[in-house]
Amino acid sequence: MSRPLADSVATPQLDKAKLPIGGFARQRVAAIARNAFREAVRDRVLYNLVVFALLLIAGAIFLGELSGGQEAKILVDLGLSAILLFGVLIAIFVGVGLVYKELERRTLYAILSKPIGRGEFLLGKYLGLSLTLLVNVVVMGLGLSAAVVYVKRGWDPLVIHIWPAILLIYVELTILTAVAMLFSSFSSPALSALLSFFVFVIGHFNSDLKMLSQTSARTATSWIFAGLYYVLPNLMNYNAISGAAHGISPTPISLFTAVAYGAIYVSVLLAGATLIFRRKNLK
Amino acid sequence: MPTVIEIDRLTKEYEAGFLRKRKTRALDTLSLKVEKGQIFGFLGANGAGKTTTLKLLMRLIYPTSGTARILGRDIGDISMHARIGYLPENPYFYDYLTAREFLSYCGQLFGQKHSTRASRTEALLTRVSLEKKSWDLQLRKFSKGMLQRVGLAQALINDPEIVFLDEPMSGLDPVGRREVRDLIASLRAEGKTVFMCSHILSDIEVLCDSVAILKSGRLAHAGSLDELRSRETRLVEIIATDAPADALKQQLEVRATVTTTASGVRIEVSDEQEVDAVIAALRRVNGKLISIQPVRQSLEELFLD
Repeated sequence: MSRPLADSVATPQLDKAKLPIGGFARQRVAAIARNAFREAVRDRVLYNLVVFALLLIAGAIFLGELSGGQEAKILVDLGLSAILLFGVLIAIFVGVGLVYKELERRTLYAILSKPIGRGEFLLGKYLGLSLTLLVNVVVMGLGLSAAVVYVKRGWDPLVIHIWPAILLIYVELTILTAVAMLFSSFSSPALSALLSFFVFVIGHFNSDLKMLSQTSARTATSWIFAGLYYVLPNLMNYNAISGAAHGISPTPISLFTAVAYGAIYVSVLLAGATLIFRRKNLK
Repeated sequence: MPTVIEIDRLTKEYEAGFLRKRKTRALDTLSLKVEKGQIFGFLGANGAGKTTTLKLLMRLIYPTSGTARILGRDIGDISMHARIGYLPENPYFYDYLTAREFLSYCGQLFGQKHSTRASRTEALLTRVSLEKKSWDLQLRKFSKGMLQRVGLAQALINDPEIVFLDEPMSGLDPVGRREVRDLIASLRAEGKTVFMCSHILSDIEVLCDSVAILKSGRLAHAGSLDELRSRETRLVEIIATDAPADALKQQLEVRATVTTTASGVRIEVSDEQEVDAVIAALRRVNGKLISIQPVRQSLEELFLD
């Protein structure tokens, strides 16, 4: 403690002329994303993998005795549903806290005073959680593949069919994360989580909304259902779980369409969240 | 010296209430100029609007009206923020990061290379006197004083031209306060401008070249420390015993404040010329003179009046 404070420190190699543009903006977003990933890891978000592993082990041991030769199908069905469920919980509950926690703990002050756009900050946080979810689903997918090989006592084509379904689950989770982030940009975490969960549930019944809008007798009701159909994400596009359990994979075109739809939907949601967050006065 | 901070009629209003919205003015048409190379003290009681001003300059909140320019650029210009540093009040940082990781993260946000970040992080942690054994501890284990030091280090990570410090001495012990005072003085020696908010007058009196005093969101005084001191009125305090206050008041031929104390009376006059008249009055009531001393009105009284 006795060291003099007034020692001079070398000037960092900082090219001030290049600061706000191009590669540097990418570098800032990547830094924020890496930090958000590190936060999730250190906050023990990935501990859900342990629960998933236990579930798989229990499933692999008991299914063989109970399911009369259908154990691999049931295991894939159960495993993929668990990947979706765990992912949804992380996407919603971590997603609604991504920015709120920083506002509440005031960690944002020191960061946003630096040359960082609020949109860059949101994008970085979003990508950080998306990376967490990616690691999560990939590790779970590998575990599920190993469990299938174990119950079939060897290689089985079902292992191949798991992965397109996992890709679709992942895209669905990235959409839900963006939904959670948009809601949390203007409402409390509890309400945001509730609304995001509604979007998840209704998104899986999207085609029913269209049908309701067509069959509804009153014009106003019909418009409301039609509006919800067009505004809410169609998450049925991402449900390939039962197909995978029966050894059926989505076509490359439907995969591509689902990924492209997800990318556009996420971009719109993030743009909306940025517009709201940009105008926000921090407490 | 060129002006590096220019604040022009900056105003911030908050809306309070749910059904019946009321407007509270946290900052009222603040105009200020700060010259390069100065340590500028921004004084005010709690709630006077100091932190609001800094948050406006850091674009954490947006003004209701008015403008501000730093280094000749509007505060909304993101690239300008690469040339300044900011220590928030009661700094809160990511508690899952270590001090070294946090500073390295801040360096990344300025586009610094890995090797630069590593060396600069170590140099700054040394400069703010954070013990080496704490460098790799998670910030959740840090005391308030240690966090304040990390806060100072992150404010300097980009070698800023202007450093904004919100209550930089808060949470520090006496040794820490002296060290931070030396650090701020050394920033001026390096040619940096320091804009420092505080409600602790002694720190401002020791360090600052210029001062602005904020009261209830409005600028009450501004100028160099010498200018402000020249406004000070010189009072003279006379202490006496065995002089009944009522009798003394009748004998006094000049305007003076007479207060009864436990040991006698305290007489205050605003001009040295009037001391003789007080002594004469004391003689007439057979009082005993104990002491005569000038009382300089300090910055504190300017701050409070």
